[in-house]
Amino acid sequence: MRLLNLFKIAFKAIVLNKMRTLLTMLGIIIGVASVIAMLAIGEGSKESIRTNISSMGSNIITIRPASASSSGVRASADEMQTLTLKDYEAVKDQATFLSYATPLVTGKGQVINGSNNWPSSIYGVNPDYLKIKVVDLQSGSMFTDAEVKTASKVALIGQTVVDNVFPDGQDPIGQMIRFNNIPFKVIGVLEVKGENTFGQDQDDVVIAPYTTVQKRILAIDYINQIMASAVSEDDAPNAVTEVSEIMRIQHQISNPNKDDFSVQSMEELISTFSSTSEMLTVLLVAVASISLLIGGIGIMNIMYVSVKERTKEIGLRMAVGGKGSDILMQFLIEAILISVSGGALGVLLGLTSTVFIEKFLNWPTSVAMYSIVISFAVCAVTGIFFGWYPARKASALDPITALRYE
Amino acid sequence: MSKEIIKIEDITRDFTMGAERVRALRGISFTINEGEFVTIMGSSGSGKSTLLNILGCLDQPTSGLYEIDGIKVKNLSRNELATIRNEKIGFIFQSYNLLARTSALENVELPLIYNSKISTEERRERAIKALKMVGLEDRMDHTPSQLSGGQQQRVAIARSLVNNPVMILADEATGNLDTRTAYEIMSIFQDLNEQGITIAFVTHEEDIATFSSRTIVLKDGNIIQDYKNENVQSAEEELAKLPKENH
Repeated sequence: MRLLNLFKIAFKAIVLNKMRTLLTMLGIIIGVASVIAMLAIGEGSKESIRTNISSMGSNIITIRPASASSSGVRASADEMQTLTLKDYEAVKDQATFLSYATPLVTGKGQVINGSNNWPSSIYGVNPDYLKIKVVDLQSGSMFTDAEVKTASKVALIGQTVVDNVFPDGQDPIGQMIRFNNIPFKVIGVLEVKGENTFGQDQDDVVIAPYTTVQKRILAIDYINQIMASAVSEDDAPNAVTEVSEIMRIQHQISNPNKDDFSVQSMEELISTFSSTSEMLTVLLVAVASISLLIGGIGIMNIMYVSVKERTKEIGLRMAVGGKGSDILMQFLIEAILISVSGGALGVLLGLTSTVFIEKFLNWPTSVAMYSIVISFAVCAVTGIFFGWYPARKASALDPITALRYE
Repeated sequence: MSKEIIKIEDITRDFTMGAERVRALRGISFTINEGEFVTIMGSSGSGKSTLLNILGCLDQPTSGLYEIDGIKVKNLSRNELATIRNEKIGFIFQSYNLLARTSALENVELPLIYNSKISTEERRERAIKALKMVGLEDRMDHTPSQLSGGQQQRVAIARSLVNNPVMILADEATGNLDTRTAYEIMSIFQDLNEQGITIAFVTHEEDIATFSSRTIVLKDGNIIQDYKNENVQSAEEELAKLPKENH
């Protein structure tokens, strides 16, 4: 009852000073709107990184050789020859959190078809590779396990390779191409995937059985990588632990700090890249928060002036029986009303500007519910915090002095 | 013998101004009974404002006893004093002190807002009743800027009546008004007094005192005169004697 009355008084004071209230709110409106827009931009870029990386296969786990220091001489990870087919077989046989696995050997070279040639990379894998990378075929078919066993000279090629070595638009299926002078029969074309997050063209690739690549092109017996997919995205961390343990047994390593391999899930990659954009978000929000703070100081300023201006009114209210706490609440409610309604308008402005940013600047945005809740809460707290001092001052006035104040 | 509304005994009030001690009241005693219309007179510096502040529970005496409606005011907290002001006293000021851009009705309701025992409906009813008592029932939704000085003071009187106080305290209530309007206001006070309302009226105008039933004169913080007025003038009659204004 008493609060309701005080609320009415405060509301009236706000309505009677529309212009001033609006100008006071402006600081809060801009502050809240920028916090929401900045967070939306930050969240948006984080999300776009996530979907981009996920498109490369969200539950992929890669096992690479890592430089080991135990042998004294430290070699670059690329030159390590410590990963073998035995490791692959052990991982494939023992891991329970993995659905598919393939050895991976890579090489660079020239793809040649008649008078056309194109520099590309060759990936030597087994048939599970497509399932791990979540790639479909445009046409043709994947090679079989039998073709892997016999090291058949068959290959699948990406769209970029097709465009460059078959420029006349002829169907590549069944045609012969040469990679580093080794002839391959094209048996399939991969679906178009475009660039990945790192700007790498995922269609500029030749895929062949790993046995063929190992023997005919690279002449090696080790492998560069083991690529696998976890049963589910949630199981990826478990899979990483499990694979690490299997690999340690394989390589007879007791101290995890001396691993000569590294196991990485996409999840880790995502978090690495998200942290950059998170940093940016923090900076943007920090700047936006400063404007919210300035908005709060604006409220304090106006409330302070308002208390001064209405000293006589305060004196009268006290004389007719208003207690200090009534006066305090009245001004506090007024400050909170200004900041909260400013906050509400700020949320609206923030949401609108987010839509504009998305539409006209083509930046990915994503409005997080928490950003609205937080900035709204911050507004209420701002109102209390910055309204407190002037309200306190009003409530502590001596009614006699206040009544005589001119 | 009628009920004592105000009882003060040997009240002093000292102020410290820098190094100097100012003795505004130097030991004052009197009682005001229910139904009295008392004017408190004195030149500026006589201590009448200080006395009014103490009577109105806006200030506390340095020493001495003050009772209003049987309640000892000494040592009450700020909040307790506010409650007494809210429930026992009606204030009227020289400069009306109405809330700007607020209707007469809402201005009159103001004291009741701070009394949580009174509902919104009752508040409205009592405010309307008070405005009727001062003859402003047809101007309830006018704001102070739409009212004349006399009308504004009548709104202020209605505001002082709305909480059914035991006493109305008026501080130079006619000081800003011309003679004709001042007499109109005084006639309202006399009407209210006839209905049994106790009034303490601070003024420095001699003619105002002739409308009251008792006069207390202060000088330098002491009471120099306290007399019953045997020949109370009727403000209404005096008003009729004034030369008619040309409208």
